[in-house]
Amino acid sequence: MIRQSLVAGLLLVGAPFSVTSAQAFDRTKAPKPGKPARLVVPPVTTTILPNGVTLKVVEQHELPLVQVMADIDGGVRLDGSHPGMATFMAGLMDDGAGSRDAAALQAEVAYLGASLSTGASWDGFTVALKVPVRSSGPALDLMADVLMRPSFSATEVRRQRDLRLANTRQLRDRPESVAGLAFNQAVFPEGHPYHRATGGDSASTASMDSARVRAFYNGAVRPERTTIIVVGDITVAQARSAITQRFGSWRTSGEPLATPVISTPATVRTSSRVFLVDKPDAAQSVINIGWPGVDRRSTDYAALMVMNTILGGSFTSRLNMNLREAKGYSYGARSGFTFRRAPGPFVASASVRTNVTDSSLVEFFTELRRMRDVRVPADEVERAKNYLELQLPGDLESTTDVAGQVADLQTYGLSLGELPRFAAAVRLVTPADVQRVARKYLTPDQATVVVVGDLAKVRAGIDALKLGESEVWDVARVVK
Amino acid sequence: MLTRLMRSLLFSLALSPLWAGAQSPRLRVPATVDTLPNGLTLIVHEDHSVPTVATNVWYLVGSGDEKVGRTGFAHLFEHVMFMGSQHAPYPEFDTRLEASGSSNNGTTDEDRTAYYEWGPSNALPLMLWLEADRMGWLLPTMDQAKLDAQRDIVKNERRQGVENQPYGISGDLIPPALYPKGHPYSWNVIGSMADLSAASLDDVKGFFRTYYAPNNAVIVVAGAVKTDSVRRAVRRMFSDIPRGPSITRPTPAPFTVRDTVMVAEDRVQVPRVYMSWHGVKSMHADEAALDLVAYLLTGARNMRLTNTMVYQDEVATGVTAYNGSKKLDGDFNLFATARPGKNLNELRQTIDREIARLAAEGPTARELQQARNAIEAGFLNRLESVNAKADRLQSYYFATGKPDGFQDELDRYQRVSADDIKRVVNTYLKGPRVLLSIVPMGKKELAATREAIQ
Repeated sequence: MIRQSLVAGLLLVGAPFSVTSAQAFDRTKAPKPGKPARLVVPPVTTTILPNGVTLKVVEQHELPLVQVMADIDGGVRLDGSHPGMATFMAGLMDDGAGSRDAAALQAEVAYLGASLSTGASWDGFTVALKVPVRSSGPALDLMADVLMRPSFSATEVRRQRDLRLANTRQLRDRPESVAGLAFNQAVFPEGHPYHRATGGDSASTASMDSARVRAFYNGAVRPERTTIIVVGDITVAQARSAITQRFGSWRTSGEPLATPVISTPATVRTSSRVFLVDKPDAAQSVINIGWPGVDRRSTDYAALMVMNTILGGSFTSRLNMNLREAKGYSYGARSGFTFRRAPGPFVASASVRTNVTDSSLVEFFTELRRMRDVRVPADEVERAKNYLELQLPGDLESTTDVAGQVADLQTYGLSLGELPRFAAAVRLVTPADVQRVARKYLTPDQATVVVVGDLAKVRAGIDALKLGESEVWDVARVVK
Repeated sequence: MLTRLMRSLLFSLALSPLWAGAQSPRLRVPATVDTLPNGLTLIVHEDHSVPTVATNVWYLVGSGDEKVGRTGFAHLFEHVMFMGSQHAPYPEFDTRLEASGSSNNGTTDEDRTAYYEWGPSNALPLMLWLEADRMGWLLPTMDQAKLDAQRDIVKNERRQGVENQPYGISGDLIPPALYPKGHPYSWNVIGSMADLSAASLDDVKGFFRTYYAPNNAVIVVAGAVKTDSVRRAVRRMFSDIPRGPSITRPTPAPFTVRDTVMVAEDRVQVPRVYMSWHGVKSMHADEAALDLVAYLLTGARNMRLTNTMVYQDEVATGVTAYNGSKKLDGDFNLFATARPGKNLNELRQTIDREIARLAAEGPTARELQQARNAIEAGFLNRLESVNAKADRLQSYYFATGKPDGFQDELDRYQRVSADDIKRVVNTYLKGPRVLLSIVPMGKKELAATREAIQ
């Protein structure tokens, strides 16, 4: 009634608007989206410099910005006998390089309107520069210092070592971090590289010094392992000239560091096992459930992504709709396969209210088993397929997005052309495929279960579920 | 058009120690503004670089509009908005968007509640239809069960972000110490558990009828769209939603901060000190200068507090300053985490000394230009994303009534002088403040005190 009289009022003042169309609009039916735009992957021009540096250029002229990303094959998997070395070394690369110390270097970068970051993942090191094209010359000079002439001064190594020791200690305060570390220690046994934290432990950190860091750098960061990805408002010829001028004469000496062979397999359990870490008075319990995962190059990859989107990879996934929406146990529940050069873990996780810790575990296992036991309805599979496929154009929006995709894919020997191939593979996934990969890759009866919470309140309930043998790990054992 | 103008702007960025001034081309992000007869405002910006679109709806209501005893309600209501409406029953809001390749989210702060969708540009009609339905037809299907479900989820969000986070209680403790009792900014946006428990179905209905009306909403659409077709679609879908009542906004009285020292114990390994001062509201003449002060203190490794506390004296693992200018008022905030074994008075002394030095000497020309360039670069990088652009258009329109405030914002930073920096540090950071120490259980002796121990 009120609505009608107000709408009638609109007729008088609504001169610029078409009132007839407002009346004609039938809101009982959702608009059918039109045809989606085709996924267009930008061309990548590849050049290999004589010293072995690979250059990949993507022209993108919307904004006068350039993203330059040096992606060096290696990363944490080179740590060997020195846990945490790769991330420590990479973090130090921009803490002084060329003639500048840490503060002076960042001052210069910021003055140029640029941002520069360094880091290490499991499979690579990254030096990334984002800069307005106008100041890309002097900014690239700084990036060249960081990549080829890092200082690793004794002062800076000691300072960063002490900071890392302090930060490692603070990890104990964060239950999500504690759960993740405990989970990796339980799924990957001692001797497997993924057993360890990428940040190492206090003992390995305490032994860091300038000479060790430099030796690791010399063996790990080398032209033949380096790809420089340039994306932005620059031509292929300009990029080739700018990169060759600065990185073309880069030479290294000494022996390259080899990737240690993984001789210890991930833990394949015969039955599930529970690991508990006490956090007195915790308002929530952090739950991680999982097992060793899958190779990124598996032919099951597309089906696996569809299956995980349904299980815990989207807002409307079963884990989230159950634990968050239906039961109100959590602010969010999720699952995912982590991909690395060697298979990373699968993990399903949530932070849940302390007094429903056991009930939450029941729901996790119900959903994991249901994915295997019951074929997913076709419309649910279709929604997941659309979600995965149609969001792909948005993954190539910014220069940083494009460079990140190129770097991520090349870890597995893939190119941007993988994206349309993935889209096509997703189209072909059937409910039967989803069930097949669920049965193959979800192993809830051989799970590693980690709970970080107030054990005085939650332990009895967890034990009563008889998920498997349980043991308590001290937080000081998990975060060493 | 955007490309050409921005190119010139960025060219001048790095090379000019001072802003090029009048002859510099103006940065423009063209956007149309329309207001429907029911009061709904529509802003459209075209960007065809990738085939995606961002839709962004702001309702001009936040935690600052809440009543005593109902803290956290604006944010709880944001959650309730996803529980389905008459023509799109739960959980179709999410299932339909995901089936179109789109994602969505919502955020609430002190002043406004924002709803976002982003995805392929062909999904725009669906996004608008869903937003129209919950703007006009939320209540027919609203019930106690929906409210209770989201209340539980919000309490879990609070547990995850406050109770179960180290130092999480700072968000509960600082606002009521800084702002006087009853001031709209004197409570945490997420609210208290007791007030969340007290929220009723009648509260939901009353809040919706008052604040969730077209005359209290602004829609921004940015992306690979045609402006005219967006206008037509919005008119078709939103025109018959009735205008709501006029809204009485809070008008807090002026106040002076009471100098306050607080200590809280938490399950943490190392202590952390927080300081908050009374700042300025957004678009105040000193807002840009205070943003720059935050950078000059902790924005980079060579900046005052970071350099002294983390690099030279090595008393802290990290220090962060930020200016929080909001619609009605503002605050300037800082926190620093101690190195193991350090007493928070050591950190406090260093902070006081560096603030006094910045107030007395001001920044060097080089420092100030670095701060301006860094802030501008961060700002320009965000223009690559249609989501971020849509959010900026909303912010500018909210604050000034004009969506394309990009160049004006850059100008505000360029106009700040070293003397301005000295003046605002003296005016705002040397007055009374809230000093909060969060220390490990049983370690109150590590807390900072009002008078530093020499």
